[in-house]
Amino acid sequence: MSADRPTGVYLCRGCGIGECLDVDALAAAADGAAVTRTSAAFCLEDAQLITQDVAEQGLGSVVIAACSPRVNRQVFNFPPATVRRVNWREQVAWSHPAGEPATEELARDLLQMGLASARHTKPPTPYTPDHERSTLVVGAGPAGLSAALAAAEAGHAVTLVERAPEAGGFLRRIHRGYPTRAEALDTLVAWDTDDLVQRVTAHPRVTLLTSTTVTGISGQPGRFRVTLEGQASELVVGAVVLATGFEPVGPEHFASYGLGRLPDVVTSVQMEELAAAPEIRRPSDGRAVRRVVLLACDGPADAGNLPYGGSVASMVALKQAMYVRQRNPEALVFLVYEDMQTPGLEELYYRFVQQQRGVFMVRGHVSQVTEGGDGALLVTAQDSVLARELQLEADLVVCSVGMVPTSAAQLAAPASPHLQYLQGETLPLHRAGFLDSNFLCFPFETRRTGVYAAGCVHRAQDVAASRRDGAAAALKALQVVEKASQGAAVHPRVGDLGLPEFFMQKCTACGRCTQECPFGALDLDDQRHPQLNPNRCRRCGICMGACPVQVISFPDYSVEMLGAMQKAVDLPEDDDRPRILVLACENDAYPALDMVGINRRQYPAHLRVVPVRCLGSVNAVVVADAVQRGYDGVALLGCRSGENYQCHFIQGSELLGTRMSNVRETLGRLALEEDRVQVLETSIADAHRLPEVLSAFAEGVVALGPNPMKGF
Amino acid sequence: MAGSSPGSSTSDSILVVGGGIAGITAALEAAEAGAQVFLVEKGPHLGGRVAQLARYFPKLCPPTCGLEINFQRLRDNPAVRLFTMAEVQEVQGRAGRYRVTVRRRPRFVNDRCTACGACTEVCPVSRPNPFDYGMSTTKTIFLGHEMAFPMRYAIDADSCLFDECARCVGACPYQAIDLHMGEETIQLEVGAVIVATGWQPYDAQAITNLAYGHYPDVVTNVMFERMLADNGPTQGRLLRPSDGSPVQSVAFVQCAGSRDRLHLAYCSSICCLASLKEASLLLERNPQARAHVFYIDLRTPGTYEAFASTVLDDPRVRAVKGKVADILADPQSGRLVVVADDMVSGEMSRTAVDLVVLATGMVSSLDADRPAGAIATEAFGFVAEEGGEGGIFAAGCARAPMDVASTTLEATAAAMRALAAVRRDPVEVGA
Repeated sequence: MSADRPTGVYLCRGCGIGECLDVDALAAAADGAAVTRTSAAFCLEDAQLITQDVAEQGLGSVVIAACSPRVNRQVFNFPPATVRRVNWREQVAWSHPAGEPATEELARDLLQMGLASARHTKPPTPYTPDHERSTLVVGAGPAGLSAALAAAEAGHAVTLVERAPEAGGFLRRIHRGYPTRAEALDTLVAWDTDDLVQRVTAHPRVTLLTSTTVTGISGQPGRFRVTLEGQASELVVGAVVLATGFEPVGPEHFASYGLGRLPDVVTSVQMEELAAAPEIRRPSDGRAVRRVVLLACDGPADAGNLPYGGSVASMVALKQAMYVRQRNPEALVFLVYEDMQTPGLEELYYRFVQQQRGVFMVRGHVSQVTEGGDGALLVTAQDSVLARELQLEADLVVCSVGMVPTSAAQLAAPASPHLQYLQGETLPLHRAGFLDSNFLCFPFETRRTGVYAAGCVHRAQDVAASRRDGAAAALKALQVVEKASQGAAVHPRVGDLGLPEFFMQKCTACGRCTQECPFGALDLDDQRHPQLNPNRCRRCGICMGACPVQVISFPDYSVEMLGAMQKAVDLPEDDDRPRILVLACENDAYPALDMVGINRRQYPAHLRVVPVRCLGSVNAVVVADAVQRGYDGVALLGCRSGENYQCHFIQGSELLGTRMSNVRETLGRLALEEDRVQVLETSIADAHRLPEVLSAFAEGVVALGPNPMKGF
Repeated sequence: MAGSSPGSSTSDSILVVGGGIAGITAALEAAEAGAQVFLVEKGPHLGGRVAQLARYFPKLCPPTCGLEINFQRLRDNPAVRLFTMAEVQEVQGRAGRYRVTVRRRPRFVNDRCTACGACTEVCPVSRPNPFDYGMSTTKTIFLGHEMAFPMRYAIDADSCLFDECARCVGACPYQAIDLHMGEETIQLEVGAVIVATGWQPYDAQAITNLAYGHYPDVVTNVMFERMLADNGPTQGRLLRPSDGSPVQSVAFVQCAGSRDRLHLAYCSSICCLASLKEASLLLERNPQARAHVFYIDLRTPGTYEAFASTVLDDPRVRAVKGKVADILADPQSGRLVVVADDMVSGEMSRTAVDLVVLATGMVSSLDADRPAGAIATEAFGFVAEEGGEGGIFAAGCARAPMDVASTTLEATAAAMRALAAVRRDPVEVGA
């Protein structure tokens, strides 16, 4: 152990460890430690002893063999010393038989692995240059306005950029909003867009730039350099919110309904314009409308070729039914729908409109709209309740049109933040064209740290939801600057201060790290070497896994560290003590292994588990070295890949899959069976399945016989 | 931060009421942006309803995956102060200055607990496990589940024998059990409040024609989630409650209570997608099984459409547009017969199945019981979105029935609005 960073080793006997292992005997194995102590429970009063040792003996490194690193994180925190945890509780005492030599060997190896990782752990040097407590908001519709005001109120200086000559966005094209409160279903919401814009721009920290577009964004969270065209040409901001909204889907998708051909067939957007007049008049001859057919267009065949259904179409149709009824109490409205999409409290509005005199709900599918006699339109629908064809005469037909995010490739000129990033100008897109973000659990986490999507470019939603979305994206903007000011990572490794270091002398300028980084954190310098933008980095380690010459490492996570950990394991040569290296994703597979122990179930004691940040951070060399050294098998436990991926770093397990070809090559060269190394897809919910899966893998390895490389 | 008027202080901390996915998200998002947060949870552990779900739709991924990340964020963040077993009793004041009274019930286990489990080995009392909706039992001293956070046991006061027994006290190696722990009242000063109190399943027994409580093989959707869960009462094996035989067919009865003026006038928003998800999990567990979904409208808005059509395109899934009138037992086969009005054919359909799953709706947790003072509820006990200069914000199903994806969005928005409220320049605070 290095003399300049003395190490303390603390071995706990609590929670059944003392009954399972001969802790005193194991303590003797921790050679080279400046201090070695045991305790009945280090997490209680004895934690003080560690604090004392760190202060008095100047320990630089603390190794604690006790419970899982997932628990007691605040208790076992001894700055300035770095801490390494050896999981003797969940993954030894709780999951293996007490008093058996194999269990003792496992505990000894895990301790040695912990000591090895401690030797390769350096304290991080946080990156904290100047940062800007400011946010650029692109798009001044409902989402952008809301983002701007919220960020400003919470302390950021905000530049709100709008392409159009005035702010307000789509809000200016909507006549009235539908009610959002159960108490006031009969009141349509009248927005005063000018007033709303005024309230935002009146904030002393908000600057609105209209008729302005963003032409380029470079840099990183805390310090993005923005170039613009219009009212300003340059800006430096801490974070970016993209709220460029949507376009209504083109009329060509509704040709069978006569849209674009018959003047009195209009879109729901045109209906908003018609409804702004004192009387709703049909476009062809200006006659006030008396019979209106509203097509909710909510059927799967009706989304205008969009790969998603309507989110607001049903509510808009219901609202527009009220437009007609309020103007002309004699008018009749037929609302044709397939599945009334009014989830939650919106159902109350559906009920309310349904009960209005003169409003008729027709459940069915519209097959065509044709010209009838006397300038009337004829709507033919299949009524699915009465199971018959129905013809409705109308003087106005309104098609609810879908929303296409301004980011979608199908648009002639998709909106782009013009990121000056090696990986491209725009954010990755969802298959439906929305700016992609982590769907479900962390909806604002994008793959471009510090650049967040809000409003209808994020997902199709109504005004109230867009406003919430804007506020939420603004929070992420504040957060990323807050973390940048500390030199700390944002989600999911929040607070991690370590950054990848590149040993450039050995770099071959292959560029693989820059391509595989899920967050576009790396650019290329003039020698085509990777150039890190530290505040874009999320510390997943995928660059480290990608590098074919292993020049990338973190202060507390490196190829050398993983190598030293596998080498710390004793590889016995007798046949009945096989050794299997398990590289387990610390987000999902490792907790699942813990839960096997928490449930007091058992798995083979031949396994040596090393937690990794992501399977994508596993360099092929780590696996190849292990088989070359004589491990009988290597199991890689990580998350599901593919479309419904669960990897917190998007494609880590997928990337590992492609790297496995290198490993198979090594196996081939050594004339070793491919089955010795396997990726076992493991989710966090697999705790109940894992003992069987691991036993089956171990049995398979045993059946192959010992690795002939052992002892070479 | 400066006070709004001389001599009065404002608080820049935020109270989050409820430790489900909405509350956890709101608390963490606010704290990571620099706020001080108090997170108050009624039960002994965090996670709320989502921790009890087998999988999320549409990715069919386990909720514990996101919860694990969130729990680690909580473990690493001292800016979030957590109170479990605690309920907010009263909130008084205005934005920037709320006085909050929190009542903390005794856990009877202190923070010396290491979750070693020695106590459960000696505890002689079993009780129905609320985490499994009564389909399994735990000891009276228990850990909510294998991923419980905080990882500390608690004692169920209703079933514990206390001093009459006290065996756990002697068995605990760490003096972590205190059977005489008392109730506490905690006063907090906060600048903003996020209400994330979530929902309760509607009482299925109130829908008499659907025979819940009458036939053991009629279960609710939340129970079926537990039956599907790997950490559920049967480790995810689908067995009929009546006789333990494997489930070969399931009828999903949509709108069990929802969209019905006799029960819940509103739509519960998630049940269509939840049932489609449960149908696909059923087929994953038992590829020979059949699912029948009885619905009024299939509410699968936006990008959920793709997921819905994948499930509905499966020939093993039959969707029937129509309301279920009756559930009867077939005494000969021991199966249940679902009688429904098929709106497309216009006839009454009779479908024999092994298990009936009622898609019971959501009731706001605040419907029956809400804290005194400033937290106001509207129709059906949901909290209105506060506009303007107020300091009380709702997130998730406390505001309206919604799915998890919307909940995490709204919780983040509520965190921002709360942060803006506590940081807003005093001059802007409504006098």
